[in-house]
Amino acid sequence: MTTRVGVVTFPGSLDDRDAQRAVRLAGAEPVALWHRDKDLHQVDAVVLPGGFSYGDYLRCGAISRFSPVMDTIIEQAKLGMPVLGICNGFQVLCESHLLPGALTRNDSLHFICRDQKLRIENAETAWTRDYSAGQEITVPLKNGEGRFVADERVLDALEAEGRIVARYLDVNPNGSYRDIAGITNAAGNVVGLMPHPEHAVEELTGPTTEGLGFFTSVLKQLVNA
Amino acid sequence: MSLDTVKNAEQTPDAAQPWAELGLKEDEYARIREILGRRPTGAELAMYSVMWSEHCSYKSSKVHLKQFGEKAPKNDAMLVGIGENAGVVDVGQGYAVTFKVESHNHPSYIEPYQGAATGIGGIVRDILAMGARPVAVMDPLRFGAADHPDTRRVLPGIVAGIGGYGNCLGLPNIGGEVVFDSCYQGNPLVNALCVGVMKHEDIHLAKASGPGNKVILYGARTGGDGIGGVSVLASETFDDTKPTKRPAVQVGDPFQEKLLIECTLEIFREDLVAGIQDLGGAGLSCATSELASAGTGGMRIELDTVPLRDHTLSPEEILMSESQERMCAIVEPGKVDRFLEICEKWDVIATVIGEVTDGERLEIFWHGDLVVDVPPRTVAHEGPTYHRPYARPDWQDALQLDAPTAERLARPGTGAELKDALLKVAGSPNQASKAWITDQYDRFVLGNTVLSHPEDSGMIRIDEETNLGVSVATDGNGRYTKLDPYTGAQLALAEAYRNVAAGGAKPLAVSDCLNFGSPEDPDVMWQFAEATRGLADACQVLGTPVTGGNVSLYNQTGEVAIHPTPVVAVLGVIDDVTRRTPIAFGEQGQLLYLLGDTADELGGSAWSQVVHNHLGGLPPKVDLQREKLLGDILIAASRDGMVDAAHDLSDGGLAQALVESCLKGGNGARVVVPEGLDPFVFLFSESAGRAVVAVPRSEELRFNDMCGARGLPATRIGVVDGDALEVQGQFTVTLAELHEAHTGVIEALLA
Repeated sequence: MTTRVGVVTFPGSLDDRDAQRAVRLAGAEPVALWHRDKDLHQVDAVVLPGGFSYGDYLRCGAISRFSPVMDTIIEQAKLGMPVLGICNGFQVLCESHLLPGALTRNDSLHFICRDQKLRIENAETAWTRDYSAGQEITVPLKNGEGRFVADERVLDALEAEGRIVARYLDVNPNGSYRDIAGITNAAGNVVGLMPHPEHAVEELTGPTTEGLGFFTSVLKQLVNA
Repeated sequence: MSLDTVKNAEQTPDAAQPWAELGLKEDEYARIREILGRRPTGAELAMYSVMWSEHCSYKSSKVHLKQFGEKAPKNDAMLVGIGENAGVVDVGQGYAVTFKVESHNHPSYIEPYQGAATGIGGIVRDILAMGARPVAVMDPLRFGAADHPDTRRVLPGIVAGIGGYGNCLGLPNIGGEVVFDSCYQGNPLVNALCVGVMKHEDIHLAKASGPGNKVILYGARTGGDGIGGVSVLASETFDDTKPTKRPAVQVGDPFQEKLLIECTLEIFREDLVAGIQDLGGAGLSCATSELASAGTGGMRIELDTVPLRDHTLSPEEILMSESQERMCAIVEPGKVDRFLEICEKWDVIATVIGEVTDGERLEIFWHGDLVVDVPPRTVAHEGPTYHRPYARPDWQDALQLDAPTAERLARPGTGAELKDALLKVAGSPNQASKAWITDQYDRFVLGNTVLSHPEDSGMIRIDEETNLGVSVATDGNGRYTKLDPYTGAQLALAEAYRNVAAGGAKPLAVSDCLNFGSPEDPDVMWQFAEATRGLADACQVLGTPVTGGNVSLYNQTGEVAIHPTPVVAVLGVIDDVTRRTPIAFGEQGQLLYLLGDTADELGGSAWSQVVHNHLGGLPPKVDLQREKLLGDILIAASRDGMVDAAHDLSDGGLAQALVESCLKGGNGARVVVPEGLDPFVFLFSESAGRAVVAVPRSEELRFNDMCGARGLPATRIGVVDGDALEVQGQFTVTLAELHEAHTGVIEALLA
């Protein structure tokens, strides 16, 4: 049976079709999920895609977090379902308290779109098993509010528990504390990532194909489970 | 103020009306009275004033624009021509593409962020209204001098507005231009282009037919923003003695627009509309009168049912409001429920505001009282036509005689001087890297961007199975056009055509945004007449018809007009996007060929501007047959894998092209000056019809044979090699030096 990976569309989601494409290229079946629908339609994992849900007019992700579909996702995430939040999806995960910290305005005060080098710090999460710890990859980054912040205690705990999934290399594009590009929950099934691996899955359109690993990782995780 | 009904207008024929304040001329007001056989009501006056404005009616330009139709080349790819919201072109495999470039100049000067943002919003809705999914945007921008304090006010706001709106809308920004010239000081040009894709059967047109069909207004509520935007702002010159016009600038909500796009596309999928029109300039006045006059003519609107943001708005204001993110659809009664259901799904407000009638009048009611009763064609299409006087300016001869000859402008003679000139040009604001600007735009979203800035053209994949794609380039050179408007406009087309071909796509069609000064100045009108004539003639030769676009006049402050600036967008198709050709010199050892002929042509050049601050002489000559041949060769070479890189030669000549291709690829080049050519002319001439290509050694023979057989001059000038650009016997400049000169320039000026 093919693995089904749901991709949620909130009002203002933009990279939902891109995330679906990445899921498909990784060999799974993408399933479109609608924000008003509590039903997850038997998916095995969920991607919260990038975009500007509700225009980001309030805090990014603050309204989406209350959508009916999120009630079910939060419940299932706590039971171990793999959930990947990319960019705006990462913001939704923080607003949902599935992940600690918050994403604030870039220190440059500008939206920034660039090919970003990352180092995978934790290759044991549901979404990073196809990488090796310390592996360097380049994927697009595009955000206006991507600066990860948290208090020192939380940052120290994230470091100590190995919950920093990826860090920015060469350039810290948004002023994120400790160069953090992505983090995971303690169980390793929920990952939030500011850069966009779904835009690095084809030679033709991405700077590399090094983003595909996030999507193949979850497949292996589910097949092995 | 009491309601000015039709009845009231009949009873008070002599009531004073603010026609002059609304931008109408005395004879225009008289004409309205003649059409109606009475004085117009306030609401009617509002409608006529916005629809008869220069911006909406093209009253000064249309006598010239009609050449685009009369001289249009036969082109089987055209599905919808000029006159609709945007032209539609067949690109094969059942796909059609629609694209258009438009101006949002005046609002962007007054309120840079919102002006630029709503420029994107407006053009995207035009594309959407044709039935297409918008897939990419581009922004040709022009500012005053890069080091002028006001540029620091205007540019960051405009760039943030384009990014803020476009990024939130989820459309990749794949190209455009950024040009600095003091002539744009008080009149920056903010043009916006959108490309959309659909299947042939999905084409929708703006017409209201079928009596009994409902008129549905959907999208944002109507507010007091943008009232009189087209008449007051876009159709007058700036004058600092008058009060600020900020309230005439609209405010954008990209989130609402994103919902509007998805909602509209779902409505199209279920075939629920009989006609559709976006609300842009002139708002409801435009949408109702255009829909009605394109249909059978009759329409009845209950204006008080329009959802409002501000309940104090009068009928006149509602008709004139340019509130953004609104669309108007004509829907058969049996499909209304489903239409409203889809709108509800996307949280989009939708209201039935009227219906198509079997009469011939557009009737608008306000709480039961008739406030508008007009033949819609007279509003939408029968505005005034002006044959403005024009004459060749008396300064034109002197300008053209001031040629940048070696006697008049000192030219670099030694290798060191040539190197210095190359670095100066590469580091000048117009030629320097625009990454600081373009990095504020999302180029990845939708996952189909194959080429984007700083490539010659932007390219989008439109079918993931077959790899069919389209590409677009926009170009314009105000300096060339000032020197010779006829040739300048042709050069703009030739460059965009060349840029599309350099990427490997076949040019199909044109959209243009004609930015000029005041049509009331005979000098400007002559520039306009010459430029349109030049463009129409060139489109005929190249076989690329103009499918639509817009005209922006009154780009002047006081007596000083901008350089005449026709911006030309060319759309091309490529059967297999994996065969596209980038500009980067990607592989060492590949051979560099210069295609075309190089003459001593420095009039209007980047070098003359950067080094001597000079503008005079004649622009480069245009040979359209040569452009066509060069295009054919570039497309064939790309398709058959004979070239791995291609870069069109334009501003800054070969020197600038080499700098860009070396830096993009991270590889150097060793170049030899061909025998008989002056090194300076070789490097800095801007002769048209040229490109530089990188040919893999294994393909050299085949490539040479092709050029030889077709009669295109191809000169081997060097090889991709090392980590420096070396012009043998003259100078060597390292990539590090080039990078240092070429990057960081814009941010340093704006910081």
